[in-house]
Amino acid sequence: MVEKVLKSFGVKYLQVLDENSKPDARLMPKLSPKQLVELYSTMVLCRRFDEKALILQRQGRLGTYASFLGQEAAQIGTAYALAREDWTFPTYRDSALLIAHSMPMVSLLQYFGGDERGSIPPKGVNNFPISIPVGTQGLHAVGAAMAATIQGKKFATVACLGDGASSEGDMNEAFNFAGVFKAPVIFLCQNNQYAISVPVKQQTAAETIAQKAIAFGFEGVRVDGNDVLAVYSAASAALKKARSGGGPTLIECFTYRISNHTTSDDASRYRPDSEVKEWQKKDPVIRLRKFLVAKKLWNDKKEAQLLAGVDKQVSDAVTKYESIPAPQVEDVFKYTYSEMPQSLKEQLDDYRRLMEGK
Amino acid sequence: MVTMNLVQAVNSGLKCAMADDKRVVVLGEDVGADGGVFRASDGLLRQFGKGRVMDTPLAESGIVGVSIGMAVAGLRPVPEIQFSGFLSMAFAQLVNHAARIRMRSRGAFTCPLVIRTPYGGGIRALEHHSESMEAVFSHVPGIKVVIPSSPYDAKGLLMSAIKDDNPVVFMEPSRLYRAVKEDVPENSYTVPIGKAKVVKEGSAVTVISWGSMLQQAKLALSHTDVDCELIDLRTLKPLDTDTIIVSVKKTGRCVIVQEAPRTGGFASEIIAVINDKALLSLKAPVSRVAGFDTGFPLYKLEDHYLPSIERIVAAIEATVNY
Ligand SMILES: Cc1ncc(C[n+]2csc(CCOP(=O)(O)OP(=O)(O)O)c2C)c(N)n1
Repeated sequence: MVEKVLKSFGVKYLQVLDENSKPDARLMPKLSPKQLVELYSTMVLCRRFDEKALILQRQGRLGTYASFLGQEAAQIGTAYALAREDWTFPTYRDSALLIAHSMPMVSLLQYFGGDERGSIPPKGVNNFPISIPVGTQGLHAVGAAMAATIQGKKFATVACLGDGASSEGDMNEAFNFAGVFKAPVIFLCQNNQYAISVPVKQQTAAETIAQKAIAFGFEGVRVDGNDVLAVYSAASAALKKARSGGGPTLIECFTYRISNHTTSDDASRYRPDSEVKEWQKKDPVIRLRKFLVAKKLWNDKKEAQLLAGVDKQVSDAVTKYESIPAPQVEDVFKYTYSEMPQSLKEQLDDYRRLMEGK
Repeated sequence: MVTMNLVQAVNSGLKCAMADDKRVVVLGEDVGADGGVFRASDGLLRQFGKGRVMDTPLAESGIVGVSIGMAVAGLRPVPEIQFSGFLSMAFAQLVNHAARIRMRSRGAFTCPLVIRTPYGGGIRALEHHSESMEAVFSHVPGIKVVIPSSPYDAKGLLMSAIKDDNPVVFMEPSRLYRAVKEDVPENSYTVPIGKAKVVKEGSAVTVISWGSMLQQAKLALSHTDVDCELIDLRTLKPLDTDTIIVSVKKTGRCVIVQEAPRTGGFASEIIAVINDKALLSLKAPVSRVAGFDTGFPLYKLEDHYLPSIERIVAAIEATVNY
């Protein structure tokens, strides 16, 4: 009889800027002052976009919208590490990641404004349409990453998921495929501690999401999801590994969803206000700003200039969104198949006749 | 009697069923503390406790799969799938297991579970929140498919479904959740599964619908002088063919209104039944008003997709003037 420990494991945690914005010099990613400012500016832009989207929704100018308030560091830190040709597979929560990966704000408004054309990325930008079915697009990210390997291409892919999504069967199949095929993919898990009303403690008996990767045979790390420098570091390392054939990484960004789940939700039904207040103190945007100010890279004047600039960008996007002509019902018919089948042609003709007869 | 909307009636049905029968448990995403995203399970956790009202991990196949296990082991689970668009995530469990266990064990194991799920469009929802897949589920042998269109029926049919010894997919039209109100008994009662309802008698044409489109058909009736007979199917499987055939034999004409895509929709099945049993009574071809054979579009185009009053009226008038 033999009894011995075959495997034991630990989970790495990464934080570069602590909650008071004090950096750990040994862990600082190599970013120039200009890049640090750029990173910050993107975070501010995205935050103002998010605030505006919530206002538009309340005014009936936008449909159901999922705010990413509090999760800017996780999304933008990751996007900032990506190369332009890398693919993203986002959820409804990832507007900041998309904006930071070359998606025009007007497209996001269009999408949440009930128009599929908002899913069309600019040429050369590989953002897959937002996935509403939770946890399903991880497999697509893995498949796309496998396609990169098979075709000898250099791009990597990012699969976005929440803590809730980590429970879906599809997501676990994605982890497994990624491990087996050493796919150049990163799983960006934003553990914002809630799946609508369900707290992460009821979502999984595992203490971290990161450790799930270990069971599938690849690396998982937890990072302070409100520290954009930690997220950027982890994502850069994971992408470098992916591109050099080292396979997948799961990055769990431990963070918090400050807003309601979506504009249809009322979070006060299931979580205390005091908890939200605690997390507001860890605001990722303020965390980076304090660091920049301490490094003399930032001041009130620059802040005012930045705000004026981003607010103009956001309001220009809103103006553009609202001036786009409504989508045409013909499109829905036209794009269902590569060629419109006879039955669809008949349905469209019937419908047109009825509309014209009105 | 209390005035209730459809979602309150569902809530009342769940409460009565749980109070009447200890085997009834409720599980799903956000059904506990939140009371369900539409509030269908509001107050259940407080009244019946964690042992019988379970917030589950986010995994539809898991929810339906464990419900099957619970059902074969003696409980009466009532899982909620938050939107029917996500019931497809549990399709394998439903079709390969829930539907077949009675037959493959010759009755040694049975699966009395009720999957409640909101369905249908018209609520300006996000993608995948507006589908009508009733024909898909009706195609699967071993499953019953029930779709109420009014608060009274919703509670009574739900209570019947929970007492039923077969797996039931119980589809709740989300756009009607708060749209119609009527008097509903606070106590337990049942409305039989497998019985359609003649909502309005008429002589010129039989109009058949169910769920979300029933109310739309009803509205359409007030926009035409044609004397229509309106039938609410209430159960798609098993189908009440008698009520359909008696009516069609009387009127000789029929229009079917479904929200789902046209091809292979449930209307096609009804037409086949009429063909089998009342062909020679027909004075005009049976007409279908349906969604298009396309994906359900995002909300800026959903009013085009959803069968409109104009489309229904046009079909009724074309059928009578044939
Ligand atoms: C397959 C599927 N099931 C259920 C839903 C409904 N739903 C939308 S978001 C959500 C919670 C998701 O939580 P999480 O993955 O943690 O991401 P978060 O929303 O917190 O960003 C649920 C249950 C869905 N969209 N897709």
